[in-house]
Amino acid sequence: MLARYERNLSALSEKEVDYLATKTVAVVGCGGLGGYLIEYLGRLGIGSILAADGDRFEVSNLNRQLLCDTSNLGENKAEAAKKRMATVNPAVRFTALPIRIDAANGKELLNGADLIMDAVDGIAARFALEETAEALGIPLIHGAVAGWYGQVTTVYPGDRTMETVYRRENSATERNRGIEAQLGNLSFGPAFVAALQTAEAIKVLLCRGERLGRRLLVADLLENDFETIDLRRSNASGKEVNE
Amino acid sequence: MKITVRLFATLREGRGKELNLETLEHTTPRDLMTRLSIPESEVAILLVNGRDGRADGILEEGDRVSLFPPVGGG
Repeated sequence: MLARYERNLSALSEKEVDYLATKTVAVVGCGGLGGYLIEYLGRLGIGSILAADGDRFEVSNLNRQLLCDTSNLGENKAEAAKKRMATVNPAVRFTALPIRIDAANGKELLNGADLIMDAVDGIAARFALEETAEALGIPLIHGAVAGWYGQVTTVYPGDRTMETVYRRENSATERNRGIEAQLGNLSFGPAFVAALQTAEAIKVLLCRGERLGRRLLVADLLENDFETIDLRRSNASGKEVNE
Repeated sequence: MKITVRLFATLREGRGKELNLETLEHTTPRDLMTRLSIPESEVAILLVNGRDGRADGILEEGDRVSLFPPVGGG
């Protein structure tokens, strides 16, 4: 174990730290959530990070995107993430993919990942990511933010949790954006949700602690409401189903 | 019959967090959304008694319906 991971102990064992250094995590989206996810995963000592984003930084990203500063406006977000990680933790093998991941290219580009972190900014992209994770047979750690609100869940292959979270059969509007379209996003929302996603990712990789399979943690930072809701299906009458 | 409706995030605006409604028998979550002027397209998660529910499911006395808007930023 490298000396830089000394303070990971003993919340993580030395064996666990060494194990994380053998793992590859894909972070799809390097904006609000993605910037923090990469920072947290890299500092923890994940062995390899695949970071994908086809967008470039613009002025409106400065209020919340960790990787965006006044010196790199116009730069591709994944490339900027790579530069940042080279200064934070050069022990991380970092692959920057300056490409938008979709259902067509995801399986090939993210092949080799042990886990996918959802840091995308649309609902359609999340369905594509869930499909990709399922095709690769790996878990997806979903996170989303809007204003004071955020949510996190872990999607195991076959769970199809996005259908419950975004009620696709109901989206006659074909809506791609949620309430963030009206509310915007604040600096702490992505940091908060990314922290929960990272904790979840580490627990999934290490098979430790309580994880959020088929359960959604919803946070309202305005009212300090934090709830974990059960996303398992009920029957037609809306009664609980014991599984 | 009595139904409790819990609203989250932006759905609370002008409506409150938790509403105790007196309804007719055979009411559905869809009826409640209509009554509360919540367009169905603005509801992403619909729970009945803490489990994923359906807009056209028939509710019973004492049921709790929770409605969440879509959160999709990243």
